[in-house]
Amino acid sequence: MTLPATAQWDAIVVGTGPAGIGGATALAEAGLRVLAVDEAPSPGGQIWRGIETAPPSRAALLGPEYQAGHDPVARLRASPATLSFATALWRAEPDGTVWLRGAQGISRHQGRHLLLATGAMERPAPCPGWDHPGVTTAGGLQILLKREGLLPEGPLVLAGTGPLLYLYAAQCVAAGKHDVTLLDSCAPSAALSALAHLPRALTGHGPRYLAKGLGLLLALRRKGISHHLGVRGLRILSGTETALTVHCRIGGRDRHFPAAHVGLHEGVIPETHLSRALACAHVWSPRAQAFLPQRDPGLRSSLARVFVAGDAGGIGGAQSALFEGQLAACAILHSDGRIPDAEARRRMQALRREIAKHAAPRPFLDRWYRPRAEVLRPPDETLVCRCEEVSAGAIREALRSGAAGPNQIKAFLRSGMGPCQGRTCGPVLHALSAELLGRGPGETPVLTCRDPLRPVSVGEFAALDS
Amino acid sequence: MTAGHDLAVIGGGLIGAAIAWGAARSGADVLLLDEGDIALRAARGNFGLVWLQGKGLGHPDYMHWSIRAGRLWPELARLLTEETGIDPEWRGGGGLNFCLSEADLAARREMIARTADAGGEIDIRLLDRAELRALAPGIGPEVLGASLSDLDGEANPLLTLRAFHTGVQRQGGTLRSNSRVQSLHPMAGGGFRIGLADGAELPAQRLVLAAGLGSETLAAQLGLTLPLRPERGQIVVTERVAPFLHHPTNTIRQTRDGTVLLGSSHEDVGFSTGTDIATIARLCNTGARLFPALAEARLMRAWGAVRILTPDGLPVYDGAPDHPGAFVVTCHSGVTLASVHALDLGPALARGRLGPAPQTMRSSRFALSPD
Amino acid sequence: MRFRRIDPAPSLAHQIHFEGTPIPFAEGDTVAGALLAAGIGTFRTTPVTGAPRAPYCLMGSCFDCLMRIDGAENRRACMTPASNGMRVERARGPRPAGEERMP
Repeated sequence: MTLPATAQWDAIVVGTGPAGIGGATALAEAGLRVLAVDEAPSPGGQIWRGIETAPPSRAALLGPEYQAGHDPVARLRASPATLSFATALWRAEPDGTVWLRGAQGISRHQGRHLLLATGAMERPAPCPGWDHPGVTTAGGLQILLKREGLLPEGPLVLAGTGPLLYLYAAQCVAAGKHDVTLLDSCAPSAALSALAHLPRALTGHGPRYLAKGLGLLLALRRKGISHHLGVRGLRILSGTETALTVHCRIGGRDRHFPAAHVGLHEGVIPETHLSRALACAHVWSPRAQAFLPQRDPGLRSSLARVFVAGDAGGIGGAQSALFEGQLAACAILHSDGRIPDAEARRRMQALRREIAKHAAPRPFLDRWYRPRAEVLRPPDETLVCRCEEVSAGAIREALRSGAAGPNQIKAFLRSGMGPCQGRTCGPVLHALSAELLGRGPGETPVLTCRDPLRPVSVGEFAALDS
Repeated sequence: MTAGHDLAVIGGGLIGAAIAWGAARSGADVLLLDEGDIALRAARGNFGLVWLQGKGLGHPDYMHWSIRAGRLWPELARLLTEETGIDPEWRGGGGLNFCLSEADLAARREMIARTADAGGEIDIRLLDRAELRALAPGIGPEVLGASLSDLDGEANPLLTLRAFHTGVQRQGGTLRSNSRVQSLHPMAGGGFRIGLADGAELPAQRLVLAAGLGSETLAAQLGLTLPLRPERGQIVVTERVAPFLHHPTNTIRQTRDGTVLLGSSHEDVGFSTGTDIATIARLCNTGARLFPALAEARLMRAWGAVRILTPDGLPVYDGAPDHPGAFVVTCHSGVTLASVHALDLGPALARGRLGPAPQTMRSSRFALSPD
Repeated sequence: MRFRRIDPAPSLAHQIHFEGTPIPFAEGDTVAGALLAAGIGTFRTTPVTGAPRAPYCLMGSCFDCLMRIDGAENRRACMTPASNGMRVERARGPRPAGEERMP
């Protein structure tokens, strides 16, 4: 047996977006032996993707929230934390053991504490034709802008809903791209439902977020960006490799828009693959329309050694995530006896106050941009599982003939068995199961996560034997 | 209260579903009760072999019963595909048991001799490396040969299960998922009430317990002793690979999708369905020794499932002596025996009989054993 | 589905080779970014139906940008930094069985 020796750490931080940066920096600066790992080749997470290599003009175009990443990333680099990039975590165990794959191959580590800062992913936005080349997530387009400085050429249709759709549209406009069409699936009535949450949204940092949103809308209007609300029945047709047509209904009328690129977005949800693989308890959040890991006030999960900070625990944005990382670090240092009770209480209260200020507008935004139920219940011809090419119709048929939920659908249809391991189709399987079994989303199971969570070859495993 | 269904089958895994489909095809009004989305379902961990070579050595009834199952599988596959449109992906053509050492070869030689001595109607022969390479060109340098049996085959356990579930309903039966059975109540004058965890009570004239490990406590309610223990098996599967392996084998199987299964382990770890690195590494190492090119393939999933074992490892087919019409069936070869369960046993149980199930596989054998 | 570079003067001195065609890339580019900037529209065909696919999530989550990179099958183009001289090809269907490379 040639299993690698286990490297011991005080804390292992998974992910170096804002939450991971906040946590790893605070823990390492306090004297803990910290290992921070990220699958990407550099820190920043998706929000600050490319922050270390983007030239100043690109960073300026991306705006002050992006530029705000410079200092935290620099501070992480300057901290004594051991940083391991291009390193994927493919297995974690409740005792704090994690298995990694990086440039040096397979390695095993154990942390007395694990801090999961795995961030968010875009909620899947399945519609007929979303699998065509040229259709990406809006977040994906934005990553190309941040990381590579790439802007789509030719007509761009952004469809769905959520703040990121507007932010990216405004960034396109700022970069001089005006052939952008915004198809918002949000009905104007959603704004009315959100109004109940407006008073709270006007507290804390709420006004700042709302003013920014308003600014984006005004910027788009000023440049004459075509913008439609209440868009329904999205489907994307592909003529040739490069020509797409987006069909939809707006106000009861059939419309179509030619596009070279389509960016889809229906909000973001926590990336819980790792916390679910660890069997941390999760609870359904009606507000977030997603399962969130259960956390105590110090952001500890249902497992004693495992903490979850930032968007991975519930969408709060970059600033909030940075503070959550620091909050989890504080709880860890306190439980290690490195900070006295009173001091820990004071610091954690201060951090929670900051987090609350950023959380103030969330109920308002979540209600305004709540994805319509139909988003995760697409028409029968939609490929729900992009990897194994399983349609919504086949999934509905399996549920009607007795499949008991997402895991049985996976077994029967291979939906979720492909390379992405159900990350993309999982929320859709869950929503379709809830619908057809007539259960609440909180009572409907989700896909089980299987190791290895990231690609590892048969040969790499074989080398661990004999 | 109505008389209820003719036959209630408790447990919608491979065994129960096969019996339910067979019973429904013979005209019975069948109710199939299944657990929820995350049942401890052995089919999930089944390797998908219709495997006969070496099976039942020392127990001729089991050997002949298994061989009969092998012969019936083509018929089962045809019927399921015709009736449900779901192809269970059965493939015959013989199964290979690889030999990586002289000791392996010697063991296979002995198995072949003992099978012949027991009168097994199955053709098994030993292939040397050159003969084997003609069947499996990608084998690694350590592979010395293999035993090949004409009857061994393979099937997709998950699609077989799905076809049974669909078939039960096509035959007019009822599949009720998310229905965990808690209690069984024999009724005066015959028949049973079946109590579900959600409080529902369902009447049925006859019932078959095929609830895997759950059968033990339910069988006790019918006065049957059914000692069962869980055994974990771990399996791993790769991404899709272009076809390279055209025969089922004892440790590696390429599915029709192209994915490659490597398995499986035998571990006494209670009800855990987890995985451990040492076991995954061992399975992968064997796979890479058998087919070196496989080393580059990505491992897609590793998982554990629970097998159900009796003390002697053989199936149980029995009726409750004090409660006519109540039966119990358990085994750990849900795929191999699916054909006899569906085509022989299901119709017999629908008429309240054990039919062709071997007499030597009653549960009373455990009451007589010293432990 | 071409993309253009917004940076004032990207240095494009280095190249990857996409199925024999040299493709320039800038510092910080992933393989996916370099190919998209060059207007490459199809990254792979699926093993199930042979349908063409290209990057979808660009963050390593969806596995739709799988390519053969420097001889290694099914690597994510969106997570692989471009490097000079790298050989990149579309993944076509399932991983080849590779019998020709066996002893």
